[in-house]
Amino acid sequence: MTGPEVLNSLSGLFGAKLLAQSEFRGETTYTIRAADLREVAQFCRDDISFDYLIDITSVDNFGEEPRFEIVYELYSMTLAIHLRLKLQVSEDAGAVDTVSDIWPTANWHEREIFDMMGIKFTGHPDLRRILMWDGYPYFPLRKEFPLEGLPSEMPDVAFCEAAPMEGGPFVTRPSTATTKDREPRARPPEL
Amino acid sequence: MREIRPAAYDSKIEGNIIFTRLDAALNWVRKNSLWPMPMGLACCAIELMATAASRFDIARFGAEVMRFSPRQCDVMIVAGTVTYKMALAVKRIYEQMPEPKWVIAMGACASTGGMYRSYAVLQGIDQLLPVDVYVSGCPPRPEALLEGLMKLQEKISGEPSLRLQKPALAKRLSEALV
Repeated sequence: MTGPEVLNSLSGLFGAKLLAQSEFRGETTYTIRAADLREVAQFCRDDISFDYLIDITSVDNFGEEPRFEIVYELYSMTLAIHLRLKLQVSEDAGAVDTVSDIWPTANWHEREIFDMMGIKFTGHPDLRRILMWDGYPYFPLRKEFPLEGLPSEMPDVAFCEAAPMEGGPFVTRPSTATTKDREPRARPPEL
Repeated sequence: MREIRPAAYDSKIEGNIIFTRLDAALNWVRKNSLWPMPMGLACCAIELMATAASRFDIARFGAEVMRFSPRQCDVMIVAGTVTYKMALAVKRIYEQMPEPKWVIAMGACASTGGMYRSYAVLQGIDQLLPVDVYVSGCPPRPEALLEGLMKLQEKISGEPSLRLQKPALAKRLSEALV
């Protein structure tokens, strides 16, 4: 099977379950329901050769509903094509099925998303924090979390304070302006 | 600046006799064989390794014996970014070092948090440990670390060691000598 045939078989079989499809630079993205994830993932790995899960990422669309978006980056070693699966998770649901039994590499990716974004993965064998310490009360990559952090105290494990932010926040301003206007260094400290 | 002369040789006395103060002798011994604890946490550790290697040769200052057991170390060189997750491990290793002990904060991150104004990074190891020498740079050149080591040696040579480490003995001695 070639790349387009593979994707046709996917859309033929799951037709109604694929909510949206988009193409960008030869890479296909499907949006699916969170409930269909395991079925689609199993099919992608077993029947159409997407044997490599490159990464799982999460997006916080703060202020929108559903709030979170999870993106699965798949790659087929035999066909050398990419496939992207997106699914949306509301803050109330806050959980997705794990795919760590389908692609074992998903284990740590899902732990990272749980650690940074606070989305749980049902069926995950070992859902602990991976970058922050156990007992840390916040999810740092959520949009409402301040860059400088919030103080926390966990006796004999860790503590943290908010970082000083004079002249900050040190972030590049997204725009098409020149580097001088975009870069945080060029910004006057009172702004 | 007053020259610190730890010992005086008296040519009128034959043989290998020198006069000195106990503190000066102790300090002289200590400062010339500092065993570092290489607390390498980020890119500063690469410069720390370069400092120990042949071109810069930290052995010239008697600090070449990097020990990976804190119980054999005198000076902890905190080289790199200290995250909050690592901070208490660093403190625990420091506490396992025997007295007397010193700390060098190597580089911007260990001194102040550096460029990491972040929720995850301790803003300077001096919030947790008593730092003796701060070395600036990101990362510092090996020469800068050697300069920091020499500053620490200077600091050690002026310490009232006996009074600091054996206060009871020092008191008894001074009473006996009066």
